[in-house]
Amino acid sequence: MPTNKEVFSILVDNHSGVLARVASLFSRRGFNIDSLTVSATNDPKISRITVVAEGDKDELEQIVLQTAKLIETKQICTLPPENSIQRELLLVKIAADETNRSVIREAAEIYKASIVDLSTDSMVVELTGKPSKIDGFLAVVSKYNILEMCRTGVTALQRGSAVM
Amino acid sequence: MKLTGADIIVEVLLEQGVDTIFGYPGGTVLNTYDSLYKYSDKINHIMTAHEQGASHAADGYARATGKTGVVLATSGPGATNLVTGIATAYMDSVPMVALTGNVGTSLIGRDSFQEVYIAGITMPITKHNFVVRKVEDLADTIRQAFRIAQEGRKGPVLVDIPKDITAAECEFTPQPVAPLSAPPAPKQESLEQAAKMLNECERPVIMFGGGVVSSEASDILHELMEKADIPACHTLMGAGVVDYRSPLNVGMLGMHGYVIANKAVNEADVVFAVGTRFSDRVALNPNKFAHRAKIIQLDIDPSEINKNVHIDCSVVGDVKDVLQKLLPMINSTKRPEWINAIQGWKASDYRPKDVEGKLRPHQIMNIINQNVGDDAVFVTDVGQHQMWAAQFCKRTKARSFLTSGGLGTMGFGYGAALGAKVAVGDRTVVHITGDGSFHMNLHEGCTAVSYDLPVITVIMNNTVLGMVRQWQTSFYGKRYSSTSPERKTDFVKLAEGFGLAGYRAETPEEFEKAFKQALASGKPAWIDCRIDKDERVLPMIPAGGSFDDIITE
Repeated sequence: MPTNKEVFSILVDNHSGVLARVASLFSRRGFNIDSLTVSATNDPKISRITVVAEGDKDELEQIVLQTAKLIETKQICTLPPENSIQRELLLVKIAADETNRSVIREAAEIYKASIVDLSTDSMVVELTGKPSKIDGFLAVVSKYNILEMCRTGVTALQRGSAVM
Repeated sequence: MKLTGADIIVEVLLEQGVDTIFGYPGGTVLNTYDSLYKYSDKINHIMTAHEQGASHAADGYARATGKTGVVLATSGPGATNLVTGIATAYMDSVPMVALTGNVGTSLIGRDSFQEVYIAGITMPITKHNFVVRKVEDLADTIRQAFRIAQEGRKGPVLVDIPKDITAAECEFTPQPVAPLSAPPAPKQESLEQAAKMLNECERPVIMFGGGVVSSEASDILHELMEKADIPACHTLMGAGVVDYRSPLNVGMLGMHGYVIANKAVNEADVVFAVGTRFSDRVALNPNKFAHRAKIIQLDIDPSEINKNVHIDCSVVGDVKDVLQKLLPMINSTKRPEWINAIQGWKASDYRPKDVEGKLRPHQIMNIINQNVGDDAVFVTDVGQHQMWAAQFCKRTKARSFLTSGGLGTMGFGYGAALGAKVAVGDRTVVHITGDGSFHMNLHEGCTAVSYDLPVITVIMNNTVLGMVRQWQTSFYGKRYSSTSPERKTDFVKLAEGFGLAGYRAETPEEFEKAFKQALASGKPAWIDCRIDKDERVLPMIPAGGSFDDIITE
């Protein structure tokens, strides 16, 4: 069966140990996690976990059903790209001196990324956007010497006035 | 009224209708044991030799009654010793509440004496678990644990309670047990689709499992079988659910199931799976399993649908509730051709033969059956003896054959049998084990003596680890790696050492005599039955195989 990536949005009780429980479930069942983010929500009793996972149709269905069984899971839904806003933040530190600083700045401008730190031999670029945009920017700057980088993983909400 | 946490624990247990718990004391549960002392006229505590035995006893108690089994242990090793018992209950969906002590709140996280993070350890083997942080949360947390253990698909729940919480005081108000929330109602269109498939098919087979036991749905299942003339086979967990004498009950299927049951599923055009989860010991090859059939699955747990095999029609709901709704939608019919075909295969099914002068496993089971009534409860360990017990157990009602199905826990049997005996009182409890499994937890003999629990332990002693050895015989060129331990254990002397009666049997006559004596004595007893080490469990479908691969000789 062909595999797909899917974004899952999970509302859980805001307790200690909930993240461990969700992560333990994914690990035990052999579900592949691409990224995972957790954050508070407008309701202090509820946290939102956003997971990107890859699998075939049956595996993706199992992720929903198994996660829904956890006592602390309030709700789980999938967020298809056409019906949701998906964003990710990138911080990338690139080795840069006066010889290549301006070309990197040019690439950053095209991607609407900002330069948030500068030293004599490096710069840190910040970019927010869809994961595909971040992939695109990284492909461009990968020809330079990337010293270190960090991506937050996807955070997402469904479009329109509907809520989970 | 103001109570200590320890008193609150016992009060909530009483509130939940608990009259018996199993456990083992220790440092962090001293306060709780002090309360148990105070409440000893209201609650019965059975102390085992080892916490693992206590966890299996709570499990056996739950399997025998349907009530939630309760086990109590101290922190650290006390808690980790429960792990196998909790996992066993989890795999077989048995309701259990495990209460563990932990070090005081101020000592948590400092690698204190006998400290482990048992909530973390048991996360993947419990339905849910809790760490109690304040005494004010204690009562409601334990109430919730009981509700979760029983609601929907049943299972174990652990509540970890730091020692200072058991000493702290707070206001306690007794509460009536809150009713469980109703199981999910089946979708009408699923019911209609299932009914249509069952009404229109020609060669239907029902396969049922432990879900029928949990839902107490034996009678309605049998009614459906009879109304629509549908033969039924069962998984290991379904043994006893339908009377073995029912002509429509074709027996156990799976790796060591009967030829007739496996063939019926193989030839069926519709398989109706009721409260069973297509484990790899049943649907050995998920692609070839029931390959001619459309499959209907009825289960209370939606995540079981399409988990292991592809399902054509799913009905999510409580087994009893769904079958009650389905029954009026099913046409009353007769299927003489299909039934005759199946009965015809019966003649060619595997049947072990008696051998003069030898004691064979099927003879042991037959003698047990002839000497106990339908009320008796059989409890097994894991291995060859378990399969022989299942094949020849001739049970007529649910909760009369207790076995570790999903986890396959060697060492489960003795603790579980003692727990079951505590639960069923005067009914006979026979613990059927092998010398391998029995060596794992035979120290519970002391518990049988302490509490005078007349469980009869029948040891099918072949001096080897028979099931593993059988695989080595069939698939590993008879290289018997670590399956022939050359032990010299004298079970009769050992029994006497524990203060039990010990018997030895080398022929069917000797076994019958010993079994009758043990039964008449009303005392706990062990019977060491010498069987041949080359006895194999047949039929067998090798792992990953299909019906075409079945071995019968």
